[in-house]
Order: sequence, then C-alpha cells, then structure tokens
Amino acid sequence: MNKTLLIFRHEFLHTIKRKGFIIMTLIVPVLALMAIGVFQLISTIEKPPVVETTTIGYVDEAGGFDQYTTQGNIELVRFDTPGDATAALINGDVPEYFVIPPDYLSTGVINRYTLEKEVETPPIITTVIKNFLTSNLLAGKVPPETVYRIEAPLDLVVTRLTETGEVATEQGGFGNVIIPGIFSLLLALSLMLSSTYMVQGLGDEKESRLIEVLLSSVSTRQLLVGKVLGLGAAGLVQVVIWLASAPLLLRLASSTFGGVISTIQIPADFLVLGIVYFILGYLLFAALSAGTGAISPNAREGQQLAMIYTMLVFVPIWFSSLLFIFPNSPIWVVLTIFPVTAPMAAMLRLGVSDIAVWELAVSIAVLVLSIIGVLFLATRALRIYLLMYGKRPNWGEIIQNLRSG
Amino acid sequence: MHAVEVSRIAKSFADKVAVDDLSFSVAPGEMFGLIGPNGAGKTTTIRMMMDIIKPDSGEVTILGEKLSEATKDRLGYMPEERGLYKKLSVLESIVYLASLKGMDRHSATEKANELLNHTGMLDSKKKKIEELSKGMGQIIQLIVTIVHDPQLVILDEPFAGLDPVNTELLKGILADLRDQGKAVILSTHQMSQVEELCDRILMINNGKSVLYGNLSEIKARYRGNSVRLDFKGELGEIPGVTARRPHKGYTELLLDGETTPQQVLAHLVSRGLAINRFEVATPSLNEIFLKEAGKKA
Repeated sequence: MNKTLLIFRHEFLHTIKRKGFIIMTLIVPVLALMAIGVFQLISTIEKPPVVETTTIGYVDEAGGFDQYTTQGNIELVRFDTPGDATAALINGDVPEYFVIPPDYLSTGVINRYTLEKEVETPPIITTVIKNFLTSNLLAGKVPPETVYRIEAPLDLVVTRLTETGEVATEQGGFGNVIIPGIFSLLLALSLMLSSTYMVQGLGDEKESRLIEVLLSSVSTRQLLVGKVLGLGAAGLVQVVIWLASAPLLLRLASSTFGGVISTIQIPADFLVLGIVYFILGYLLFAALSAGTGAISPNAREGQQLAMIYTMLVFVPIWFSSLLFIFPNSPIWVVLTIFPVTAPMAAMLRLGVSDIAVWELAVSIAVLVLSIIGVLFLATRALRIYLLMYGKRPNWGEIIQNLRSG
Repeated sequence: MHAVEVSRIAKSFADKVAVDDLSFSVAPGEMFGLIGPNGAGKTTTIRMMMDIIKPDSGEVTILGEKLSEATKDRLGYMPEERGLYKKLSVLESIVYLASLKGMDRHSATEKANELLNHTGMLDSKKKKIEELSKGMGQIIQLIVTIVHDPQLVILDEPFAGLDPVNTELLKGILADLRDQGKAVILSTHQMSQVEELCDRILMINNGKSVLYGNLSEIKARYRGNSVRLDFKGELGEIPGVTARRPHKGYTELLLDGETTPQQVLAHLVSRGLAINRFEVATPSLNEIFLKEAGKKA
C-alpha cells in the first residue's frame, strides 16, 4: 500500500478512536435528544401557568383618563394625589405608579415612580401605559375597533417569491438561521478540537523522537499529507453523523416543541456547501496545525501557538448578531474570503441571506490554495525544525529559514 | 558494495560546527562502532545518513545509492531517545511501523510474533506501549527496527538504560544480524560495549574524525611497552625493566626498548615465581580516546 495511504489510515483510525472525538461527535445528537426528552417531561408535569394580575397606580392630573383601566393582565388603579400614590407604593399596595401631569397634552411627559432599580422601563409597562393613554385619548372619537387597530397597526406576513413569481421553497426567517448557526458553532468547536489533536500528535511524535523513526521510513510530505487527510476524513465522518441525525431530531423536536422549531429548515444549498466548507475547514486547520506542530518544540508550546488561529474561528460567530442587522456589509465578504474565517462565515451567511456565486467561488478557491500553500510550508518547516527540540524559533528566524531552507 | 559510504560530510548549526569533513564506510556483515563523547556529532552524522537533515557539503551513499524511498525500506534506525505510540498495543505498533517499511500486514504480524517470542515478550503483545517497563519498551523498539529484515541497521545508544539481562539479549541479536551479513552501526559513548562487539570503529570528537579503522589494529598501535603482572613472592631485580608501578591487583612493569615481554616472562618463570596473571598491557578504548582527545585539545 502507498505510504501516504498507510499514514492516512493510521491517523484516521487513531482520531476516530479518541475519546474526545467520540464524545464531540455523539454529544450533539445525544444532547438534542435529551433536551427534547426533558422538555417533554417538564411539559407533562407542569400545569399551565396561572396568569397573575398586577396593578399599577396612576394619578390623573390632566383629567379624562378613567376608562380602559384593564390592559391585559395589568390593572390600573387611580389615586387622587401623588401623595396617596406614594403612600400606597411604600405600603406595597402597588409596585409602581405614574402621574399624568396637567400639561400632558402639550408636553407628552409622563412621570413614572418605582422602588426598583432598572436599566430602563420594562417594555410591557411602556406598552400598557401607551395603550392606556391612546385608548383614553381616542375614546368616543373613533369606533373601538379603530382604537384597537391604532394600538396594533400591523401583523407582518412576508412571503418570498422566486424570480418566476412563485412562492419560494426557502422562506428565510429565524427557522432558516438556526441550523446553519448551530452547525457553524459545532464546526468551530470541532476545528478547535482537531487542531489540538494535530498539534498534540505531532508534538508527541517530536518529543518521543518517534518522528525520526517515521522519517527513516517515509518522507516529510508523505507524513504530513497522510496526517492532514486522515484528520479531514475523521471530520467528514463527524459531519455526516450530525447531518444524518438532524432530520430525525427535527421531526422529534417539532412534534414536541412546535412553534419556531417547526419552521426550521435546512436550506438545500447549505447541505452541499456545508459539507464542502466543513471538509475544507478541516483540511486547512489540519495543515495549519501541522505547521504549528512543526515549528514547536513540544505539544504544550504548540497548543499556545495554535490559540492564535483557533480564536479567529470564532470571529464570525461573535459578530453573528450583526449579520442579522447588516447582512450585506462588506466585512462579511472579507470574512467569507479570508480562509481561516471562511467556513464559519459562509455557513452563517447561508442561513441569513444569499451569497453571490463569485464570492463562494473565490472563497473556496482561496481555501484550497491556502491548504496547499500551508501544507507546503509545513513540510519545509518540519524538516528544518525537526531537530529544534529545545526552544521555539522566533518569527524572523522562521521566515528566513523558510525562504532559504 | 559498501552498506554505507560517507564522503566528506559537514554540517554547521547556527552557533557551532557539528560535523566537520567526516568520511567513513561500512561493509555488509560488519559491526561498526561510531564512538565519541556526548555532543561529539554522532547523532548529527546519523541523521545526515538517514536524510533527516541535509549535510552542508559531502555525500552519503546507502546500500549503493543515494537515500530514496526504496532504500528507506531496507534500513532500520533506532534513535537515541525511544518513543512509540503510547496508546497502541505492542503488536499494532510493530505491524504499523513495519508496514511503513513496505511490509504487508500478514508477514509483518508473523515476523513480529517470531521476534516477540525470541525476546520472551510474546505474552505482552496485546499490552499497550504505555503499560510496558522502560527496558521492555526498548526491546520493542529494537524489534520495530529489525522486523522488516533490513540490510543496514543503525542504533543510536542502544544500551542506554538496559539491565544486564536485556543487554546480553541485545548483544546476541546484534551478533546474529552481523552473522546474517547485515551491516550494523552502533553509535555510543560506552566504549566497553564497542570493544566487545565491533570490528571497526570511527572515533569522533568535536565533529572531527579522531581514529578510524580496524579495532584490533588500532589497539595494537597504542599498545605500550609494558606488561601487567599478578604474582606471589619476591619479585627481585629483572633485566630490561626500567620501572614498576603498583596497581590494585597487579603491578605494571615498564620495559626498555630492547626487551620483549617474552624475555621477561622467561626470566620470571626461570626464577620459579608464582604467576597468577601475565599480559601485555593493551590500553582500553577509553584510554586511547582520552589520550587522543587530550592531544587534539
């Protein structure tokens, strides 16, 4: 058998037998199943929640605000003077009160008093006060249905059409974002873990000098290509297991949770591109880690160095909330093309909006070239730094050595 | 054809010259000692032979050609510090590393079992490497080195950390390899092992060749003009002896230029002295080395 293939086989089997890898692979479906189970358990035990009525006090100095004192679950109680209201507040009869000053109509100012320390007024309270004021201002002037419509003027229903005018199969929305979001987070964790394996493995082989035995049998290129492909194949197994378990879990989950879960979709192009990016991401990180392992004297120092690029993996995820607000920002194009962040950025974006074909093409091309380039440099570095067991060379030396070596 | 032909290799690292203009050759069926103190350049020399690092200048031929993937299959190398995959079993380790030498799994397993049996370690074949003692680990490492029946075997400090039983076992295996016509290179700073095992040696110090050639010839060259004598009774005056040096357990007699050891022995026997030991004083390799290293320094 070809020696690269032998190393590939060994590394692949070695990786998928690792406890950390097995846990990482199985924990996703298992955790999801557990969450569904626990939810089901709780929902059967728990009685429907009793709706609690709260009261809010108010003082009407402007006059005319005496109707619609029931707003949902909140009861508005009128006090004659601010003094009475304050006394009730201190007594604990009401948790808060507000004052409608005499010049309210011209200024719009409402004074709210509470014992609580708050960052801002809870939205529900704002809505209640707003609706109470609106209803009273409009009372008798327009029909009650109009009052209600003014309070809640729209319930937006959006339908995405295709270019031919038919209803599109992918409708967007949060249901679309969830799977790519979870998937990219998993990919990031998985990449971090696999980088650790590579740096650890190579570091151990260097420390134990097993690498000298290996290199007396195979070339540095065979060794590293075999290792990188082995790790990549292990990553593929992982993603296939996750994706295969997803439809089953979703069906289970939507029958349990209903609501937003039933709107979850796996976008079709996501499935294909997800696998492509997953594999390319794995290969890139395996190659980067091979290089890191090559220039590090031992596994521990290698791990520290690997932190630099494994942190970058999470950049698209940190900024993912911005993606929902500014899906077309050029920063996303940069993150999609920059190889280290590309897999995560592309996956997140696939859930939120469409990515231009040229962007995907450039992104994948850059990834593939980076993998080849990094692997080439790692092979050289391994040869040069094989004997540096003592200390890590500084960056200037590394660059100089890679040029001349 | 030489098993190894090294011609004028040199290697410098950033701050020092590790190997300086070194040439030697090793023939098949020969046990060759690469000796010198720690840091002399032995390991660097071996790594250049293995193509793990490239020499700055000079050439290395292994089994008649420049080292290639095909030649790598025909040599076995045991580095100074030993390491194997800790989580792998003994048999799996041997079979995997043998497969990297071009052996198929079936014959690798067969040969591994045979060698494990020979070294008395067959019972441990399912154990993980991390469960083995240090000495056992070394024996497994040796098996890994020779399992694929290499034509050239290079061992860096093979006796380090071995107990006397395993040392004897290793010596036996090495002698067998030589008798099968394999070239064996031992790199070590333990001169006594080399004296016992090797046919020819290369002694290096500070990356330079100090002594090179047939071991018995080298020793003969350094043979001093003295004899060692262990006796009972009164020694008296002996013609041709210029000085006496008492040592623990024997007395060293220094002869003048004309007198031979045989004449001294004949004289002692004729006087009826009880002789327990009489030998021509041959310096140990260690003494030769100290002498040579001192000369160059």
